[in-house]
Amino acid sequence: MEAFQTLDAVMLPLAQANVDTDQILPARYLQKPRSAQFDEFLFRDLRYRKDGSENPEFLLNQPAYRAARVVVAGDNFACGSSREHAVWALYDYGFRVAIAPSFGDIFFANALKNGLLPIVLPAAAVAALIGSARANPGAKVVVDLAAQAVTAPDGAVHRFTIDQFSRHCLLEGLDEIDYTLSQSAHISAYEEALDKR
Amino acid sequence: MEKNTAAQTMLEKIWSRHRVIERSDGQSLLYVDSHLLQDGSAPAFAMLRQRGLTVRAPQRATATQDHYVPTDSRDLNSVADPEKREMANALQRDSASAGIRFFSLDDRRQGIVHVVGPEQGLSQPGMFIVCGDSHTATHGALGALAIGIGASDVAHVLATQALWLPQPKTLRITIDGALPSGVSAKDIILAIIGRIGAAGASGQAIEYAGSTIRALSVEGRMTVCNMSIEAAARAGMIAPDDRTFEWLAGRPFAPTGADWDRALARWRQLPSDEEARFDREVNIDAGTLAPMVTWGNSPEDALPISARVPDPAAAPSAQRREGMQKTLAYMGLTPGMALTDLAIDQVFIGSCTNGRIEDLRAAAGIAAGRRVAPGVAAWVVAGSTLVKLQAEAEGLDRIFTAAGFEWRHAGCSMCLATNGDHVAPGKRCASTSNRNFVGRQGPGSRTHLMSPAMAAAAAVTGRLTDVRQLIARN
Ligand code: SF4
Repeated sequence: MEAFQTLDAVMLPLAQANVDTDQILPARYLQKPRSAQFDEFLFRDLRYRKDGSENPEFLLNQPAYRAARVVVAGDNFACGSSREHAVWALYDYGFRVAIAPSFGDIFFANALKNGLLPIVLPAAAVAALIGSARANPGAKVVVDLAAQAVTAPDGAVHRFTIDQFSRHCLLEGLDEIDYTLSQSAHISAYEEALDKR
Repeated sequence: MEKNTAAQTMLEKIWSRHRVIERSDGQSLLYVDSHLLQDGSAPAFAMLRQRGLTVRAPQRATATQDHYVPTDSRDLNSVADPEKREMANALQRDSASAGIRFFSLDDRRQGIVHVVGPEQGLSQPGMFIVCGDSHTATHGALGALAIGIGASDVAHVLATQALWLPQPKTLRITIDGALPSGVSAKDIILAIIGRIGAAGASGQAIEYAGSTIRALSVEGRMTVCNMSIEAAARAGMIAPDDRTFEWLAGRPFAPTGADWDRALARWRQLPSDEEARFDREVNIDAGTLAPMVTWGNSPEDALPISARVPDPAAAPSAQRREGMQKTLAYMGLTPGMALTDLAIDQVFIGSCTNGRIEDLRAAAGIAAGRRVAPGVAAWVVAGSTLVKLQAEAEGLDRIFTAAGFEWRHAGCSMCLATNGDHVAPGKRCASTSNRNFVGRQGPGSRTHLMSPAMAAAAAVTGRLTDVRQLIARN
């Protein structure tokens, strides 16, 4: 996994609540292997019209937002299906941070395992970020994982919490399986006790 | 969070029993009793291979093909898209090389993973169950903690047989009273989601309780737990009782003899203690419930069938108004129109929410002696091959085909459309599945979620219909 420390990047504001993972990555691409470039499929049915041309109304197609690497969305972002492909699509496009008042739990866990930092901020802070990204397309935020802070375009600093293990893994680019394997004696002990119950 | 206090919820009991170790950040490594796999698992096995890891406890895993299988035949070669065919084939290969139990298309035990687990007795009270699929909470209906996970976590569980999780908060939803006629488990869960919202149980595990839940069959309980994720819950569960134990007894993987007695004694300890405290409580009077349908693109857009399409002008915020306008445009609806005026093109009875024998019986009860309305394509897709065989033994297939329904083989089918079964663009479908998202049943599809009886009623009338009117005429 690629390490994440800081990022200074353009926001993509998605004002809706309950943006589901079917929207982020439609099911008809689920059979693609991880080696595929999923950026093409990101928000596929919102980004493209039926005839395959770009839908100019979708913000990601507007020049100021094309370079976005931070998605800012309403409540319950990426709810629904457990497809990790939704994370892969955001990641392959270049997104490294997602900010919302709440996330689908499965997406949240998936994101952390792929180097995409999910940040929970209060609804008012998220609304302010969306407001400034809409008022000034191309507006940037600075995300600092070590300091656990998001600095808005107007200079406002929003602190966020993240569990210390995930923070460490992201900062160092480590992944959880290695850590768990290093604890396998505990798992064996549990299994032995299980056999005796 | 208080732990080791005398009174515990069912979640806390299962949690502490499965905790291997705890991390400094409070997350627990929980030991997985049962790992269910389906034909979307190829990326997880690829991750394992890439890292040179092996499957730690293959005997604790079970695999079945459901998402990519054809439902008009049992011939995988009929799947035209080679990548999709490969997903189904990969599961067979990966299971074989890891020594994982596998139910192939010619095995009677094949079906949708969330129908198969309970049906085989693989899902039992008190277990910690995971599956790389968001509707895993279904298995919580037996009194288990069952969690849906992504591909990286599937790989983690394959390699370690354990999963790191933060302990969810607890939400108890208590429903008391007798269900009015025509109201089923599906209506209960749609009403709950309509009430608490699609984000309503975020970060929480729901325990469904009360006399209405206790009076539900085990199948009905699975329907309720299945859609917990549509309220953003981490899990959904129901205390096991004599009905659960009776339902489980004799199933292929259920314990037998002295093992059964020991298990039973343990299972009886599982229900939340009387004094246990939940982080949040919601109470619902069953007498207020009615047959439900969804009108929009989120399961929270659920209304009684007697209602009208809501008006964005009445939305509480500009953002919500904009969202509703988009939804109405996508769904082809006008504000204020009666839901019962909506003509439908397709009907899908099936899925892990409503593809069990009882669901098919309920739908057949409405279809019997009636005809599918002209121009409507109506399908019944059993949740498992065993469900299909049982229905055929009861003559339900003949009731459906005589009425003009198509009787299909078991699989996920039109719920997600990954196998090619789909709702055509702009077409309106009465569906017993669990998601009405934009494009869920195929690009441009318009989905209305409802119970099996309501879907059958829509099939025979050609529009959304209050099933109670047909029941009255039966
Ligand atoms: S029936 Fe639908 S929701 Fe259930 S597992 Fe299959 S695709 Fe997922």
